[in-house]
Amino acid sequence: MASLEALAAAPLKRKVSRDDVTLGAGLGVLAAWLVVSVALPLWTLLSKSFQDRDGGFNGVANYVEYFANPSLSQSIWNSVWVSLLAAAITIVLAFVYAYGLTRSCMRGKSAFRMLALIPILAPSLLPAISFIYLFGNQGILKNWLFGLEIYGPLGIVLAEVFYCFPHAVMILVTALATADGRLYEAAEALGASRLRIFFTVTLPGIRYGAISAVFVVFTLVITDFGIPKVIGGKFNVLATDVYKQVIGQQNFEMGAVVGMVLLVPALLSFVADRLVQRRQVAQLTARAVPLEPKPDPLYDWGMFAFCAVVAGMLLGVIGMAGWASLIKFWPYNLSLTLDNYAFANADAAGWSSYFNSLQMAAAAAAFGTFIVFVGAYSVEKSRAFALARAVSQFLAMLPLAVPGLVLGLSYIFFFNDPRNPLVFLYGTLTILVINTVAHFYTVSHLTALTALKQIDPEFEAVSASLKVPILKTFWRVTVPVCLPSIIDVFIYLFVNAMTTVSAVIFLYSTDNKLAAVAVVNMEDNGNTSAAAAMAMMIVITSAAVKLLQAAVSTVVVRRTQAWRRR
Amino acid sequence: MSQAKTTYLRIDRLFKRFGSFEALKDVSFTIDNGEFICFLGPSGCGKTTLLRAIAGLDVQTSGRIEQAGRDISVLPPSERDFGIVFQSYALFPNLTVRDNVAYGLVSRRAGRAAIEQRVAELLQLVGLPDSGPKYPAQLSGGQQQRIAVARALATSPGLLLLDEPLSALDARVRVRLRYEIKSLQRRLGITTVMVTHDQEEALTMADRIVVMNHGVIEQIGTPMEIYRRPATPFVADFVGAMNFLDGAIAGDRKVRFGGALLDCPSAEGIPAGAPVKICLRPEDVAVRNLGSGTPNRVSVSIADMVFYGSFCRASLKGEGGGEITADFSNNLMRDLGLAVGQRLEVALPPDRILAFRAA
Ligand SMILES: Nc1ncnc2c1ncn2[C@@H]1O[C@H](COP(=O)(O)OP(=O)(O)O)[C@@H](O)[C@H]1O
Ligand SMILES: [Mg+2]
Repeated sequence: MASLEALAAAPLKRKVSRDDVTLGAGLGVLAAWLVVSVALPLWTLLSKSFQDRDGGFNGVANYVEYFANPSLSQSIWNSVWVSLLAAAITIVLAFVYAYGLTRSCMRGKSAFRMLALIPILAPSLLPAISFIYLFGNQGILKNWLFGLEIYGPLGIVLAEVFYCFPHAVMILVTALATADGRLYEAAEALGASRLRIFFTVTLPGIRYGAISAVFVVFTLVITDFGIPKVIGGKFNVLATDVYKQVIGQQNFEMGAVVGMVLLVPALLSFVADRLVQRRQVAQLTARAVPLEPKPDPLYDWGMFAFCAVVAGMLLGVIGMAGWASLIKFWPYNLSLTLDNYAFANADAAGWSSYFNSLQMAAAAAAFGTFIVFVGAYSVEKSRAFALARAVSQFLAMLPLAVPGLVLGLSYIFFFNDPRNPLVFLYGTLTILVINTVAHFYTVSHLTALTALKQIDPEFEAVSASLKVPILKTFWRVTVPVCLPSIIDVFIYLFVNAMTTVSAVIFLYSTDNKLAAVAVVNMEDNGNTSAAAAMAMMIVITSAAVKLLQAAVSTVVVRRTQAWRRR
Repeated sequence: MSQAKTTYLRIDRLFKRFGSFEALKDVSFTIDNGEFICFLGPSGCGKTTLLRAIAGLDVQTSGRIEQAGRDISVLPPSERDFGIVFQSYALFPNLTVRDNVAYGLVSRRAGRAAIEQRVAELLQLVGLPDSGPKYPAQLSGGQQQRIAVARALATSPGLLLLDEPLSALDARVRVRLRYEIKSLQRRLGITTVMVTHDQEEALTMADRIVVMNHGVIEQIGTPMEIYRRPATPFVADFVGAMNFLDGAIAGDRKVRFGGALLDCPSAEGIPAGAPVKICLRPEDVAVRNLGSGTPNRVSVSIADMVFYGSFCRASLKGEGGGEITADFSNNLMRDLGLAVGQRLEVALPPDRILAFRAA
């Protein structure tokens, strides 16, 4: 009976310690940040889509109007089929490419691996500009298209394949690399043909990776704004509709509706991707033996040829923009010049857009890395505040499912509301920083969590037993041990801040225009060569930062990480 | 010097629930000053949960913990007095051995010279005086383990907690470190609690063992008591090798096994006719010096024998039914020329057999 008594009583609660307070404060900061930068803006967007122009609630009237308007709802179908087509082409190319990287003995694998990632350094606008130079009205390869029009679905699909290729390759390489060599040996021992092994072992083995890649690419395409904006011509898609409704027609309510519609495929694929990934984890057992490809000259050189052609095309697209940016007067005077880089001739903001971008990217990377690691640490280490932790975890995952355009739009609604005490941020560089960090929060957060999960979970227990404050252990142990991941997150945020256009297109003001926005503006005004030049500045900067990262990492690792060596 | 035996740690009616799962059920015991206690039990029985409750890392759902007369039931770890060593050691990989050991000293604002002296003293104590400038990754597993102990002892805590401190090491190192930890503990006289699932570790190191199963304490006692007089069939089974023979009570302190009627003082109090399990250690099966007066004699034949190095484990078939496992020393085998198929007389000594009511 006494035991029943004991169990019926409320469970004991640990006395609050200084460390609990520290972690609680970290969690509070994180929750507050995510509520302000993610939850409230999205909530405002959602409610806006149910309001009339005067802010009164009008139920689903906006949605009815949207679906009743064929020119608007047509975009849904346009977006879907273009995204499916681009995803299909990307996956096929990326699969063969990744297959060559992981399952052949071809030469130059590490070079091919790096070349595949090149598109990440560029804003999505760049391939669109390049394809205009290649196949546009005055394109050098125009007659290759046999009269087909590059402005429209064709151009969108081509440019999107370029833009999404690295994402698909990374996922598929991971999936292909985690094969269990024992399965292949068993299949060979049983006398299965190469083709049969491919269909019975290889494809089933990577099915989750492949599904995940399809979803990721589909979402990237359907939510991308830069490419359809530049090369879409009269072909309407959801992403450009949002822009037209809001910026062109100042119809914010309808913009909100389109934004909500755009959220649906992104959310769906986000959920599907989560489910798929959960199943993938269980696939590889600890005893699996890595698969070692065997040399086979004919096949290896075949793979080499394929990868060389694809990598050549990737370089060609970048190179086209680079070359076009140096041409005096396309296509009549092909002599080289740097005039296109005198941006003031094409856009009043001139070079300041570029420097704004640098400043914004540096601030987003610094602030973002800070909040991401402090937040992830608090979520990972605190035991109390279960509700705050759960809410923070959910909100930290949300941005991955929210297209940049939708997030940007929601910021207009939330921060440009005179009743919002934060309204003073509207139109400043600060709001661009906040928006960018929120936009790219999920991947950063997951990177930080992964890094934190890899270090011994008992550091905090040891430090508490030694009466050392947790903050000190965070600073002296956790941060140095996680330094490589901290640098990764910093660079990830920096490069994305340089290249992104979809969210910030709604939020910049003339005083703080960004480089990627300047590309859109200059292209709009017919200054395509200047747009190409600015896009190249972004590529060069991202590439330089990546190279710098490689160099700094080597030095930093040598200097501060001596302990990693045995 | 002899220390007065005083209670240092008092665990009183501890319960711990994870959701609806009860990881600790009504756990109570006390630990004396300077004692070395082992929590022994199979994986998942709640040993770590109990240790973490004592450390304040995961507070119990209900119940009271007193350390040195102070109620520490709900104190956070930073307000308790203990040093801890985890299975992973949790050494800070980016700090040198010296900085690891000094980690808790620095925050106490001791003078620099005093810290250096204390670190040197501790490294000396664990037998690694020159390892100060190295990083943990440069040390072997056994060395890392000793540094973890040095770090835990640095602040001179009143209680040392060890969670499976040896299970990450290979067998040889493990045996050596058992001895080292034990002698270090004796020299310092520090009250110590060690969690282990390895019965040999518990038997060789502990002053007293707390045997746990499914969140309850099965038995508390000295290694000899636990081994000689297991209080429950679980303990009998878990610690050492044990025969579980089917029998039935056949009168006062008598059990029937196969065709034999055995004297069994431990059967006292079990009603006649009740089925029992008769427990007997294989090494307690007597073969030599059996006389006509030797009680509990059984005729058996050797059905099988497996060579274990220092002894042979034999399967004996009772003539009246039943199967007994017995360990024969190499000496005995040679002297008696034992071989498979052979028939012989063995005795099951009354003071060595235990009867438990069959479930
Ligand atoms: N944080 C937790 N949440 C839920 N169950 C737990 C948790 N920690 C331990 N348990 C469960 O409590 C039981 C005892 O665990 P533990 O004390 O770690 O066992 P061990 O004796 O192996 O150290 C196990 O069944 C384990 O699954
Ligand atoms: Mg354990």
